[in-house]
Amino acid sequence: MTDILSGSLPQTTMDKVRGSLARRHRKQFILQALGITAISLAFLMLFILFASLISTGHKAFTLTKIKLEVFIDPEEISVERLPRGNFDDVLATALAADLPSVDPNDRAAMRAVGAILSNGAQFDLRDRVVADSALIGQTINISVPVSDPYDQLYKNLIDRTMPESLRRLDDTQIGYYDKLIEIGAITSSLNTGLLTNADSRFPELAGLRGAIIGSFWALLICFLISFPVGIGAAIYLEEFAPKNKLSDFIEVNINNLAAVPSVVFGLLALAVFIGWFGMPRSAPFVGGMTLALMTMPTIIIATRAALKAVPPSIREAALGLGASKQQVVFGHVVPLAMPGILTGTIIGLAQALGETAPLLLIGMNAFITSAPATPFDSATALPTQIFIWADSPERGFVSRTSAAILVLLTFLIMMNAIAIYLRSKFERKW
Amino acid sequence: MTTLAFAILLMASLAGYALNRRAATGIRDGGARLHSVSNYHGLYALLLMLVPVIVVILIWLVLQGPVVNAMVMSALPAGTMDGLDTGQVDLILAEIRSISGGRIFGKPDPWKLAAAEHLADLRQLAALSLVLLTALLCLAIMCFARQKVTAEFRARQAVERIISGLMIFCSVVAIFTTVGIVTSLAFETYEFLRLVPLSEFLFGLNWEPQIPIRADQIAAAGAFGWIPVILGTIVITLVAIVIAVPIGLLSAIYLFEFAPKRIRAVAKPLLEILAGVPTVVYGFFAILVVAPAIRSFGASMGISVAPNTALAAGSVMGIMLVPFISSFADDALSAVPRAMRDGALALGATRAEMVLNVLFPAAIPGIVGGALLAVSRAIGETMIVVMAAGLMANLTLNPLESVTTVTVQIVTLLIGDTSFDNPKTLAAFALGMMLFLVTLVINIFALRIVRKYREAYD
Repeated sequence: MTDILSGSLPQTTMDKVRGSLARRHRKQFILQALGITAISLAFLMLFILFASLISTGHKAFTLTKIKLEVFIDPEEISVERLPRGNFDDVLATALAADLPSVDPNDRAAMRAVGAILSNGAQFDLRDRVVADSALIGQTINISVPVSDPYDQLYKNLIDRTMPESLRRLDDTQIGYYDKLIEIGAITSSLNTGLLTNADSRFPELAGLRGAIIGSFWALLICFLISFPVGIGAAIYLEEFAPKNKLSDFIEVNINNLAAVPSVVFGLLALAVFIGWFGMPRSAPFVGGMTLALMTMPTIIIATRAALKAVPPSIREAALGLGASKQQVVFGHVVPLAMPGILTGTIIGLAQALGETAPLLLIGMNAFITSAPATPFDSATALPTQIFIWADSPERGFVSRTSAAILVLLTFLIMMNAIAIYLRSKFERKW
Repeated sequence: MTTLAFAILLMASLAGYALNRRAATGIRDGGARLHSVSNYHGLYALLLMLVPVIVVILIWLVLQGPVVNAMVMSALPAGTMDGLDTGQVDLILAEIRSISGGRIFGKPDPWKLAAAEHLADLRQLAALSLVLLTALLCLAIMCFARQKVTAEFRARQAVERIISGLMIFCSVVAIFTTVGIVTSLAFETYEFLRLVPLSEFLFGLNWEPQIPIRADQIAAAGAFGWIPVILGTIVITLVAIVIAVPIGLLSAIYLFEFAPKRIRAVAKPLLEILAGVPTVVYGFFAILVVAPAIRSFGASMGISVAPNTALAAGSVMGIMLVPFISSFADDALSAVPRAMRDGALALGATRAEMVLNVLFPAAIPGIVGGALLAVSRAIGETMIVVMAAGLMANLTLNPLESVTTVTVQIVTLLIGDTSFDNPKTLAAFALGMMLFLVTLVINIFALRIVRKYREAYD
């Protein structure tokens, strides 16, 4: 204990340690604080992302409608001329009846009144009359969507305090609207058209039906190709492949493919599938094949991990009972690895569902107003529809885009939930 | 008709399965000892039929369209196709096709009507011969397989050979894909380089791909130097990495070493959500929230900011990459042997000192590898920049200005109808080639670092 004896020394080791301890703890505190800040920042961004999507998107889930008492004037609409007829005039007349300030003979004013209604309103009325021509000459109650500016006004997205020239609706139009609100003609209901309508130039009519069906076809094709091929490749590489240059090369290849930018797959599809093989543009079939090429590495990697997790004792027991190598693999190893394989596949498909860039290059961003009946028809997909709507100048499409994103995210969450459920339910710890 | 061909194939292969199985069972019941159980005899017939006939049908379907088109075009009256480029030829073909589909607009020329009829006839003929071919092939193979059923026939080995072949084919698909990518890109890039010299592409400082499509159109002459494009990509990637690496790394360290178990259990899946959000959603987020925020912040500071800055696209991309970095860092930190951390703690190091001076240096190769993979992701990321970055190529390093990236140019050059003999289209493929090469080199390098490091402590 020379330290104690030579007390004349200014500091002992322990003193040194003690003296620096506060500084060292402060350092640790700073590191922790930085970590917490970093992770909070990430969560803050996640929160802002979802909050902004929900706050803009929820407005697209309701549709502003207007209740009208329509007299189906036989002079404008006759049985012989169906399905043609001046349905828009009939509707405008009915609407003008609610607005005493409008002179029915003033054509400009009547046009402004007609513009309150969505372009789809006349088709709603037409469909009803065509279905039942006895309605001609009667007065019926009908509820039709309003056009986008009024929809925006109802949802408080138009600032009334703005100067009139900068507003989408002038004072007269807002006057009409206020009058209609006053008599309780304007209502709001759940917007089922968002899921059941196809795309449209008019935001209030645009829906996701075509995109959802297009995505469904593309994913189906993607699954039908990538699942068997991916599993086949994974089983071969994991269970049968000899350790040689070729299998090494295949392995390096698969790992690299998993990291190739998605837009490059789009270039491949454009040059090979469309350019050389002459396949149709914008078809979910081609989209599905492109996505399959991208999904395959994911499925292969997941399948190999699942196969690796099956203990060798299973294989040895089966081999010992006289099974051939393939009987072991297909009769025992693969069934046991199936939950893991399916989990990986679903996660791969979920990635494919959100993939946009390759679909843009093969033309799945066309404006198509009908849902595809087969995988060979032109179609859009959910992510490309989001891209189209995000690019549209109409204000109404902003909330539509957010709503479409929420729909897409719902699908993704569902798929991932299934994957998590499969994993927790069937995964075995050996 | 194609459905019919597939239906015939399916029925025939099931029939072949039943037939062979029944025959094998008959032999066994007759008292002979089969080498393989009867099920394998059935499977042999099934696979022998299914595999080659599907291949034939698919090849037929791929070739049918182009062959029929070529036959129609070659049967057109001489001289109609003279002096037309591929775009116009495609247009005529499309018109003929729509006429034969029953959609006639206006009064087409009589030769177009004749060609349409010819096309319809040829299609009919092709479909019929496909069905016929399928049926004949199935019948022939069925007879062949049925003959094979004997007590000595090693059906199991035969079936296993077919299945092995199928599996090998599946694994080679990955090689085909790579080969397909490289050949298609190389082919179109070669075409591009015949129009634009390589030196101009690699070292040119101007990127103005808008060239006149028709002779009478007024447009810029077109310049194809990729330097400003790659510079823009680098700027956005840098912004993304500068944001993603510190946030990802610090949160990984916190979650790995300091966070209570409960927080970790919640925080990790939440971070994964960030990784699972599709990029088109991030793109929309960038234009909806981030870009206006940056703009108004810039305005409040008295700086004028472009509406589609590199900063907005890059920072959103950085957020996207945070979970990527943090999961790589987490892997790398947990791969450091426990003995090293225990040793450090036993010597009296605080946990922070242990992390910073022991764990972190040991994990650096893995982290660097992950960061490199993130760089290659950022370079190849498309939707965020297509939506949030600019279209004009700007030779600048300032993240507050609008820049464009390789992927943005690829997408904008190829969106819409394009013909393959146009330098604009081909330029996209040349950019794609460069993108593929750059990301490939980074990926190989990064994977090597990650792998090498993992082996170090085993």
